Amino acid sequence: MSAPKITVATTWLDGCSGCHMSFLDLDQRLVELAQLIDIVYSPLVDAKTLPESVDVGILEGSISSDDDLEKAQSFRKHCKLLISLGDCAVTGNVPAMRNPFKLADVFDRAYRENVTLQPQIPTRDVPALRVPVKPIHGEVKVDVFIPGCPPSAEAIWYVLNELIAGREPDPSSVTRFGA
Amino acid sequence: MAQPATPTVRVVTLRIDDHDLSAREDETIIEVCREHHIPIPSLCHLDGLSVWGGCRLCMVELEGQSRLYAACSTRVAEGMRIQTQSDRLRRYRHTILELLFAERNHVCSVCVSNGHCELQWLAQKCGVDHVRIPYRHVAYPVDSSHEMFRLDHNRCILCTRCVRVCDEIEGAHTWDVMNRGTDCRVISDLAQPWGNSDTCTSCGKCVQVCPTGALVKQGTSVGEMVKDQHFLPILARRRHLS
Repeated sequence: MSAPKITVATTWLDGCSGCHMSFLDLDQRLVELAQLIDIVYSPLVDAKTLPESVDVGILEGSISSDDDLEKAQSFRKHCKLLISLGDCAVTGNVPAMRNPFKLADVFDRAYRENVTLQPQIPTRDVPALRVPVKPIHGEVKVDVFIPGCPPSAEAIWYVLNELIAGREPDPSSVTRFGA
Repeated sequence: MAQPATPTVRVVTLRIDDHDLSAREDETIIEVCREHHIPIPSLCHLDGLSVWGGCRLCMVELEGQSRLYAACSTRVAEGMRIQTQSDRLRRYRHTILELLFAERNHVCSVCVSNGHCELQWLAQKCGVDHVRIPYRHVAYPVDSSHEMFRLDHNRCILCTRCVRVCDEIEGAHTWDVMNRGTDCRVISDLAQPWGNSDTCTSCGKCVQVCPTGALVKQGTSVGEMVKDQHFLPILARRRHLS
């Protein structure tokens, strides 16, 4: 194993973290994968900063806030290949279901109507929400799309292995919207 | 389209992709393809209902012709040479599916038809793993007024299978279509709530033939709406014989 390992960075934007959980569902295959890749930045590891250059970036979740947009742009800038993982990243999915409503109504619903104690809209230390919610490729160029809610561990395993082997994966052969 | 064979119907020979085939001259290209298990995507076509030709997914190339032909509404002819797969056709089919996803709100992960949807299945078959066109994100109404069934316009692709099955098989003609463009909607009676319909017999045929989660049974949760269309060829044959 003298060949340098492929570096991988992941993060989640507006998602439920289910796609990352699905990645963890690779179980014992994670050990095999660790021989080939280095996870250099992710909610799953300790590193706090995205390295200057990463081979593969994996994004879960849609772009719903200014913070999501910054992260997506930063991943695009620093990753040679960018993967949209899961339906929120690929289609907007559930986070984008707020798009037909006015943002003020969404805030009211979440922070006033359904709250019994001190209803208030948070303004400090939270990123501003964007209108509309967009899939990742609505803001930055994406190279590989893995739909699914969440994509199965098998689908993630297949795509990563195809990429590691230098082949172009066909995600539709293993997963679909809503899978 | 099933009509009783008469001695006057002739047989033609034709070539579809690499297959030399024979067919009755009153058959359409898609019927011959289905008989011989040659896959052609389609959403509005359904064996037992009249031809609509609206979804344009079944477009094929005919040798010697520059324009494309809908396989569901084109009859076979002697010596016809048909291509069902080409880069051009794949590109058009891919784009049509993307447009369908972008127009209304098909959120597969929370749809009652998840895993049993013809649109979802075709997207996977045709390699649609993302939609390049911006989603419109316009809310469409949901009609839950019927005690047994529900209509979600957000999932409707306007294939009109419901309209045709209600008119041609059930004979009720509860369903029809109103407005144009993105305002186009299926309606029950004269755009009245479905539950108030005087003509609906609650037979549920429209629900069973709907390719997506637009027409579903009440009380179904995500992925629970499984449709059964076995009744259609049997009833269609009886209709046409009577």
